[in-house]
Order: sequence, then C-alpha cells, then structure tokens
Amino acid sequence: MDTARYIASRLGQSLIALFCIIAVTFFLVRLAPGGPFLDEKKIPEHLLENMNRAYGLDKPLPIQFVRYFGNLLRGDLGPSTGNKGYSVNEVIAQGLPVSLGIGFVGLAVALALGIPIGVFAAANRNTWIDHGLMALALLGICLPTFVIAPLLADLLAIRLGWFDVALWEGSNAWLLGAITLGLFYAAYIARLTRASMLDVLNQDFIRTARAKGVSFLGVLFHHAFRGGIGPVVSFLGPALAGLISGAFVIETIFGLPGLGQHFIKAATNRDYLLINGTVTVFAVLILFMNFVVDLVQAWLDPRVRARG
Amino acid sequence: MLRRVYLPLALFAVLVGCRTERKVDVATRDGILLLGNGGEPRALDPHLVSAVGDANILRALFEGLVTNHPSDDTIHEPGVAERWESNPEATEWTFYLRRDARWSNGDPVTAHDFVYAFSRILDPGMASPYATMLYFLKNGEAYNSGKLKDFGGVGAKAVGDYELHCSLAYPAPYFPDVVKHTSWLPVHQATIEKFGAKTAPFTDWQKPGNLVSNGAFQLESWRINASVKVVRNPYYWDAKNVSLRGINFYAIDNVFTEEAAFRNGLIHYTYSVPQNLIPRYRDSHDPRLRSETYAGVYFFRCNVTRAPTDNADFRRALAYAIDQQVIVDYVTMGGQVPAFAFTPPSEAGYQPPSVIAYDPDKAREYLKKAGYEKGSDVPEFAIIINTSEAHQSIAVAIQDMWKKTLGITKVKIENQEWKVFQQTVQDLNYSVSRAGWIADYVDPTTFLNMWVTGDSNNETGWSNATYDGLIRESAQLADPAARYAKLREAEAVLLDELPVLPVYWYTRVYLLSPDVQGWDPLLLDNHPYKHIRLESVGR
Repeated sequence: MDTARYIASRLGQSLIALFCIIAVTFFLVRLAPGGPFLDEKKIPEHLLENMNRAYGLDKPLPIQFVRYFGNLLRGDLGPSTGNKGYSVNEVIAQGLPVSLGIGFVGLAVALALGIPIGVFAAANRNTWIDHGLMALALLGICLPTFVIAPLLADLLAIRLGWFDVALWEGSNAWLLGAITLGLFYAAYIARLTRASMLDVLNQDFIRTARAKGVSFLGVLFHHAFRGGIGPVVSFLGPALAGLISGAFVIETIFGLPGLGQHFIKAATNRDYLLINGTVTVFAVLILFMNFVVDLVQAWLDPRVRARG
Repeated sequence: MLRRVYLPLALFAVLVGCRTERKVDVATRDGILLLGNGGEPRALDPHLVSAVGDANILRALFEGLVTNHPSDDTIHEPGVAERWESNPEATEWTFYLRRDARWSNGDPVTAHDFVYAFSRILDPGMASPYATMLYFLKNGEAYNSGKLKDFGGVGAKAVGDYELHCSLAYPAPYFPDVVKHTSWLPVHQATIEKFGAKTAPFTDWQKPGNLVSNGAFQLESWRINASVKVVRNPYYWDAKNVSLRGINFYAIDNVFTEEAAFRNGLIHYTYSVPQNLIPRYRDSHDPRLRSETYAGVYFFRCNVTRAPTDNADFRRALAYAIDQQVIVDYVTMGGQVPAFAFTPPSEAGYQPPSVIAYDPDKAREYLKKAGYEKGSDVPEFAIIINTSEAHQSIAVAIQDMWKKTLGITKVKIENQEWKVFQQTVQDLNYSVSRAGWIADYVDPTTFLNMWVTGDSNNETGWSNATYDGLIRESAQLADPAARYAKLREAEAVLLDELPVLPVYWYTRVYLLSPDVQGWDPLLLDNHPYKHIRLESVGR
C-alpha cells in the first residue's frame, strides 16, 4: 500500500468515526430526561411550545438531525439555549483558544519537567535519587488534579502571591491551571522516559561507545536520548488531546472560561446544540491527533504502513 | 561565606517583590467594584432572564419606573418615574416620567419605551419566563396566552411622552414595589429591531457595542463564563451622583474558588460562602462575613395526590417532627431562622401566624391520627432533592429526625440533576421534594398566590376552596391592614393543611470587603449600585 492510499484510508476512517460520534451524541442527549427550558418558575405550556418552535425543537428528531447536519456542513452549529443570544459557534470561538492555551502550556510544562526527570532517574538508576523521583512521579499520577489544584492554589497563590487563584482577564490563574494540569502528564512522561532510556542504555552499542572512551554524559545525550525519546513522541498526540479536552476540572477550580466548562454545563443545562458542538470539536481534535500520530508512526516505521 | 548569606536574602527579596498590589486595592482606587456573581448570566435581555445573578447585572444597566432604596425596603425610590399616584382602590396607576431620563445613546426615555417593553415581554412569541409578573396588568394574561390578539386591550397606555397609565387586573396597593422587578424594565425599541424581530430570542442586540440601556451604567464587555463589565453611563439623568466608575461581574460557578478569590484579593464581594467555611469566619469574628435576613423560605413540597403524603395528619406529623433549630444551628450554619410559617415576617408589616414548631409529642399524636400505630408501618417514600451537598445534608438531617421522633424507617433520599428534578416536580412524580422560594417583591402575595388551585408554581396537587376564596377576597382589598388580616387567615389554612413543610427562612451569607460603602442589608438583596462608594479603609 502506498503512502497516499494509506493517508486516504486513515482519513476515511476518521470521517466515518466523526459522523458516528455526531449522530450518536445528537440522539443520545435527547434521551436524557428533562429539557432545556425547565426551570424553577414553571413556563406555561403554550409558551413552552413557542420556545421550542423558536429553537426548532418542535420538529420530529430525524428532521432536526438532517437540518442540524446540513447546517454543520456549512459551519453553523446553531443557537445555544443556555447562553441566550449566543450561537454555539460564538461560545466555542470564545472557549477553544482558552483551552488550547492551557493545553499547550500544560504540555510544555509536562515535557520540560518530565523528560529531564526521566533521564536523570535513568542515569542514576537504582539509587535513592531514582527511587525518590519515581515515587514522586507515581504520586503525581495517583493524586487527582482536584486535590493538587487547591493545594497549589493555596501555596503559590494565596501564601506566596505568585499567581491569582481565579479569573481570566488580567489574571495569571490560567498559567497556574496549565502548570497543575502539566504536572500529571509530567509524572507520566518521566516514568515513560526513564523506562525507555533504561531500555536503550542496556543495549550493546552503548557499551561499545563507553568502551571507546565516550564519557557517560556524552553517551547519555548523543546515543541513548535519541532512541529513548521515541515512545514519548508517540505519546504526545493523545496527551495533547487529553490536555485540551480534559481540562474541565482545572477550568472549574481556577474559574477559567475554557471549553471544558461548557462541555459539563451544557449537559446539565440540556443545552442540546452546545453539547453537540463541544462533542464535535473535541472529537475532531482527538481524531486529528490520532491521525497525525498514525502518520508519524507510519513514517518512522514502514511495518505500520504495511499493516494499515 | 558571603554567598551563603546573600543568596537566601536575594531569593527572599525576589519573592517579596512578587507580591504586587492586590487587585481589589487597585480597583478601589479606580472606583471599579469587583463582584462575584455566581454563574454565567443566561442573558442580558430583561425579557429573557430569570436568575438572581442575571437580575444583579440588569439593575446596573437598566432603571425601571421605581427603584430600590439603598437601605430601606419600604421606601420607594423614584427611578424613571418622578412621582406616581393611584385611585383609592389601587387599580388605576399613573406614573409621571422625568424629562431628563436618557438612554445610553442619548435618546430620551419615554412612556412609549415602557409600553413597548410590556408588550414585548407579554408577547406569546417571546415566551418570557417572567411574563407572569405582568399579569398584574389588566388583560396581561389574556394577551400572553394568545386569547387577546391586540395589545391595545392590555392595561398599559402612554399618555403623551411622559405619562404612563396602568390599569390593573385587581387592586395592588404594593404596585410600586412590583414595578421595581426586572421584568418591568424598559427596553430600547430601535436597538432591538435593528438586530432582528421584536421577539426573536437570539439576536445580537444584547451584546457589547449594541446594547442600549438607561441605567446608571452601560455595557462594556461580556465574556462567557468569565465576566460582564459595565461602565458609567454619561447620559444617565443622575450621573453626577454615581460614585462608581464601573462594575465587573465575575461568573465564578465554584463556591470554593469564589471564596479563595476573595481571600486572594481579586474580588470585593462573594455571591455566597461555602457552608463548611462559615464557622471559620464566624469564630474569628471576621467583619467581612455578612449574614442578613433575606425574603425567602426553604421548604419541602408534599405531593397530596399520592400516599402517604395525601393524608393531612401524616403531613402534620412530618412537619412537627422537624427540629428546625438543629438544622439552622448545625447544618446550614448561616444564621437562618426557623420558619414558624411559610411567609417570612416582613418589615412592610405582614406578620404570618405562628404555627409550626418542633413538637415531638404532637408529631407522634398526628402519626397515630393518620392511622399508623408505629412509624415503621409507614410505607416507603422518598425525599427528592436536586444534586447539591447543602440540600443533601438537610435532607439527611430531616430523614434522621423523622426516624428518631416518629420511627419512620423507610425514607429514601433521591437526588436528581436540576432539569430532571424540575420535570419530576412538575409532573407530580414525587412524595416529598425540596424547594426554595425567593420573593419577587415585598408583599406576602409573592409567597401565597402560588398555592391557589392550579397555579403553575403550586406543584403539590393541593387545592382548597377556602384558601382560594380568601386569596381572592384579599385581592379586592386596598386597605393594607384588612388585606394582611385576610392573607393571614389564608396562610393559617395553608399551615393547617400543610401541603408544604416549612424549614427555615433564608439569610444571605456572603463576604464583603470593608472598602465597599453603602451596601446595607436589604430584604430582597437588590442593591442599587448608584449609591455604592469605594473607599480604601486599609487592612
């Protein structure tokens, strides 16, 4: 199979998956009890009908879906019932950059901390440094962000005053959020890096290089690192998607206006079109990341391409 | 040696250097009030909103005929109307509008703007959640339900540009209080229709740069899930007496985040305080913690159409077995008041009958009367709550009280998310459900009208001809004392039949920076921002 056909088939699979996600979400959210206009003040029946008509919710579901899908292809995600006066497009346009910012900075933090720690631990394998660092990393993986976040907020924001604990405009709370989010992935990357570095360091060519008289640091960075970093690279795609879409805990704790908050609130508000919109965006993001990773892997290793 | 001393010192200096001036201190100097405002507002269109947080923003942007006094709920402050008068029956009202009221684009505010607003909120096409507030107007309900097609038949007329005449469906001596509500605010016709049809629910008219308002402030920016910022409106008729330069309303959903933001010096005011942090502030006598009477009641609805809550004696047993004092002292902890009736006693003069109190003997007696020899005979039923830690802990406490006092063992607690919960309650698909009600205006009818047969907020299936009759009769009385007496009688019927189990009367518990001046306790918590000042009082 040549490269072009491989890409085309991967792309086709992604698009089919995307369509399924959109369709399933559309019908699934309608099955949930409750509705977008229910509230403490009961709305009289005739007004409810008007409201449903205004938002196009009075038509049979299949017709609504066809109409929704048609609009979607034109890039129109429809109105949001939870944020009156805003379209889903506007809501996402405001929220997505925030989520992307948090995600990318979080990834930078994860790499900047995770890789050196992993390499350092591998270089000092089975010493107390190694054990200490790996225990710390395990702690980082096990402690959920909703435990770490308030602790960091208390220490770095309220006690030390380096950060703000909340708000968006004129506030650096998002940076603290990104760092908190990055810590979890840093811990994961540290363990991943250590394991693959050890793998490489045990191989014959390393021993040969050492025997030729190359210094340990030289071997570490010139010979081992290139081979050892591979698994981390292939982890980047899913990690970035996870960082961007999985930030709702962080967004809630630091009061950040990202897409994660909408993802949750839209579901509890029964804001049908906003649910569909956020799910679609996240699905595109995750499918795209996986697509890119597939391509990179195929480029690195022709066997993957052949299996395609 | 030197390095050992200087390095830590230098580091310390860097850390201290990071502690720049707090955001609230800068804002106090600049005259910008920073408010935590709960969640994201659902809209800024006065005809689409219903939540308290939405109304908080609208009060800055718009001004109605009558507005709130900064410290006294019984005083009606002139807003766009300079003065007003009514006939002795309190059914015909005339508001005389000030001639210097201006929209934020310089247009004069006229009586036509109000009539336009009333016709818009009542328009069936608008499907406004608060349209029922305008049922006070003659034929308001008929027009809203589509029975009357011509708005000319509704009791709201502009006489010239500066006189507004309202004919009411029934006497309402408290009408000036009613028109303070956000549902009676004027809107700017030209702006609304520039961006779409009169009743189109999702046009751009309410966005920054488009919204034209007539209040002390105008909209500057709005970022979803972050903030709404308003700045002084230069065209406001009383602009010279507005002290604040602007207000930032922050949408912070998480109560713990909001409290942390306050401690961190990011906001002047919190919308609420997490229950379990209240004792910490209280024990240290922190003056920033405020706990004030708030016209609202926390109660349980009983479904009177299904067993076992269809039995009035059984409902009485449940009511008298709730130790309200324990709940306010050990569960809610915010200084709430045990509710001996449904309507909270008001400064405006209404005193509800004192009926409900914790009385275990009476409770057990009623349980016997209801036909249960012992509590364990009572069939299983559930208390439905909407998912929230606070509601959960109250329900658990009451479940335990019913078990200890009455021996009722088979009470479940079911939590449902908000929208599902609403559906369950509206469908009468429950036995006991938690509820809360906040006054829309300062008059007992805001608490009592809803229990009339078939009222959309009744939601208990309860119907009582005597009660309905008393409420109807009270509506014909213009004399406040006679009217209150009649309403008291009605409330006595309600408290005897108990389709609702009152638990406590609300308090507003929040944190307020000492820099904020002129923020006094108000029953409805509707603070008029134009009277608020910021002064640095130091820490």
